[in-house]
Amino acid sequence: MAGEDRVWIRRNYEKCSGCRRCEIACSLHHEGRIWPEASRIRVLMLIPGVEIPHLCFQCENYPCVKACPAGALSVNSGTGAVEVDSSKCTGCGLCVDACPGRVPHLHPGRNNIVICNLCKGDPACVKECVKGKWGALELVPAGSVASRRALAKTPMELTRETALKIMGEEVLKEALG
Amino acid sequence: MMRGYAGKLLDVDLSSGSIGETRVPEEDLKNYVGGRGLAAKIAWDRLGTRWENVDPLGPENILLVLTGPLTGYYPGTKVCVSGKSPQSNGLVGSTVAGEFGVDLKCAGYDGIIVSGRAEKPCYLFICDNHVEIKDASPIWGAAARETLRFLVGESRKNVSRIRPRYGEVKEPSILYIGPAGENRTRVAAVMSKYSHAAGYGGYGGVMGSKNLKAIVAKGFGPLPDVYDNERMLHLARRFAEDCLENVWFRRWGTGGGGYSFGAETSSEPVRNWQTEWHNRRSYRREEFDKHWVKKNWGDFGCAMTCLKLAVLRKGRFKGAVCDNPDYELEAYVGTNLGIFSPEHNIYVSYIINELGLCGIQGGAVLGFAAELYQRKILSKKDLDGLELKWGDPKAFAAMAEKTAFRQGIGDILAEGVYRAAVKLSEKKRVNLLKYAVQEKGMAIGAHGVRSGRDFISSSIAYACSVQAGDHTSPASPIRRGDRGELSSILPDSGVYCMFAAFGPTDREILDFYEAITGWKMSLREWYGEKALRILQLQRAMLLLGGPDARWRPGVDDDNPPRFWEPLPSGPFKGRRLRRKRFEKERREYFKAVGWDENGVPTEKTLRRLGLTDLETKLREAGLVT
Ligand code: SF4
Ligand code: SF4
Ligand code: SF4
Repeated sequence: MAGEDRVWIRRNYEKCSGCRRCEIACSLHHEGRIWPEASRIRVLMLIPGVEIPHLCFQCENYPCVKACPAGALSVNSGTGAVEVDSSKCTGCGLCVDACPGRVPHLHPGRNNIVICNLCKGDPACVKECVKGKWGALELVPAGSVASRRALAKTPMELTRETALKIMGEEVLKEALG
Repeated sequence: MMRGYAGKLLDVDLSSGSIGETRVPEEDLKNYVGGRGLAAKIAWDRLGTRWENVDPLGPENILLVLTGPLTGYYPGTKVCVSGKSPQSNGLVGSTVAGEFGVDLKCAGYDGIIVSGRAEKPCYLFICDNHVEIKDASPIWGAAARETLRFLVGESRKNVSRIRPRYGEVKEPSILYIGPAGENRTRVAAVMSKYSHAAGYGGYGGVMGSKNLKAIVAKGFGPLPDVYDNERMLHLARRFAEDCLENVWFRRWGTGGGGYSFGAETSSEPVRNWQTEWHNRRSYRREEFDKHWVKKNWGDFGCAMTCLKLAVLRKGRFKGAVCDNPDYELEAYVGTNLGIFSPEHNIYVSYIINELGLCGIQGGAVLGFAAELYQRKILSKKDLDGLELKWGDPKAFAAMAEKTAFRQGIGDILAEGVYRAAVKLSEKKRVNLLKYAVQEKGMAIGAHGVRSGRDFISSSIAYACSVQAGDHTSPASPIRRGDRGELSSILPDSGVYCMFAAFGPTDREILDFYEAITGWKMSLREWYGEKALRILQLQRAMLLLGGPDARWRPGVDDDNPPRFWEPLPSGPFKGRRLRRKRFEKERREYFKAVGWDENGVPTEKTLRRLGLTDLETKLREAGLVT
């Protein structure tokens, strides 16, 4: 896959239903079973009604890759996704701290990090979301996004932004402090 | 090896603080499946011999939170809450949506049994095999928003402590109660998220009576192994596609009914059921849409996502958030209170949810009080200065709060329609039960049966249900293709969402069950034996009842008095139930499920189903002769 054909997953947080069918699809694809915590996309719901599908943003400068002392992370030259070499990953968590969105997380059953690999360019989660017409996940050309790094935010930041839009300031304050 | 089940239950005694595990024998799982069925079995085993003396709000009652083998795999998930009901004094399987059942199974438990009473307010924290009873005093008295803010924050920290370096922790699933539960009202729900509720049964009060504010669960494991993964997934996809094709229900959900159940089928409670018809165009679904945050709302695995999130962004009631009410709340805290404004309905729903009241039971008792005010039976003074005028959202919100906190007149209303009617009848020396639209201690669902046009149309729907007023478990004559109440035992025991299961046939559900568990089950085995056995257990517990009320077999298997009056207005004006026809259907039904003419399970039925201990107990109680 040439660079210009690369895909990117656009998220429209205000539309996410919280159905978590993306989590099911991702864990089935990568683990062969339904395993919400092992999914590379995780829907966080810090306020009910504000559901945040959280997955790797493929930052242009890949701070996670740079932060890894074990050389376990690399960028797939085709898809632009971060690849995890689980034989090298020690589960130290430095990539999590380096990530502006705190996206990577440990595999719930093994001591290594998991990060979305874009399903080699054909994301299972997006298909599920599109099938349900929820409009929360959408496949776009990676080049159509000005700065992916700028979109990479933590679940808490994304929750605040989204809650502010759909519920307003007072509710956000009461619901999250 | 067991498939589809985690294989054990968490067994917690809040009096001693002991935390243990219980394994359910495989045979019991095969017979009682999970959820409602297994709840009936466990409750009977633990409380059966002294059922009529067990105070549902005393430490001797048990609270059950059970998943089923289909939970998590079926595209629409629930969890079942049960125990001895402070409403019917029987056992109700009360389901609620959310991720809780999935988290619980992923943590390694099929369910939780809570017994005893904690000394101080507490909550149960479960993170895989790490289980702790934690202090809930900072949130005792708190409504939904504050409760969840605290629990989500504290629990994410606690999970991080158990799994350091994990990365961002996804919030655990939470079942909790509001003030209505804490104050042991009989109209309190077990809540999930902001507006999901296990309302029927009144288990919010049971949690409160145990000083248990919440149960928090986080599971890091996968869902249990299944017998035939490919077949399970194939069927799950089919069921999901059925949902995806249901354009109307996905668009509107049950909330599409607030206008049509009144205007078209004439089966919606209006002003405490004084009529079941209205034609208020202000209440059309398009009007509700104005407050809809344009997204569907659902829970784990759900392809239907029938809920619609509503937020009031401006005006007097700014800040109210709830599902753009589902039909039951549109009716019970809408039309039933004379409210025909979506904005006001959203506001009162929000208040009801925040307080942890059940929308149906709470809305029913508020409507009942308002009718007594209309009839000048209750004065402004009786109502502690509140004027309970039809359609006044502020007045009803204030009365809801009094009810949840058991303040003043609220202390009586907190007992629910039936018990409030009994108490107020004594006080006022008039029979107020004629205004109480309820069935065996429970307000009934917002679906009247007089017009015969509602999807619940049988005259015995509530009168003969083992779950009393529960409209999701109605009885109906057993005829070809109609399994009566037995049909609701399948979703309630497999524990999946009936609103995401309009498509599959029972046979397909049993195929799905087999793909998950590896256990074959024929329709005959289910309907002729297993579901029937569960029904007998529930019927026996309902008839044993006690200690504060006991239902007379046959006599109390009747409709609320108001249902015998003709419909006073609307396109079906004049329609009424016919006593003769009702009695015939009831007789037929009793016979079909193996009961005598008064609805008592017969010796023959109980022996055939191997329920001889039930027989002994019913005989002791003078029910079987
Ligand atoms: S599939 Fe789409 S709508 Fe459903 S939880 Fe995932 S992102 Fe949200
Ligand atoms: S979002 Fe995080 S994990 Fe993904 S590329 Fe950026 S730093 Fe790496
Ligand atoms: S693209 Fe694939 S790996 Fe990435 S979150 Fe979606 S399903 Fe998982």
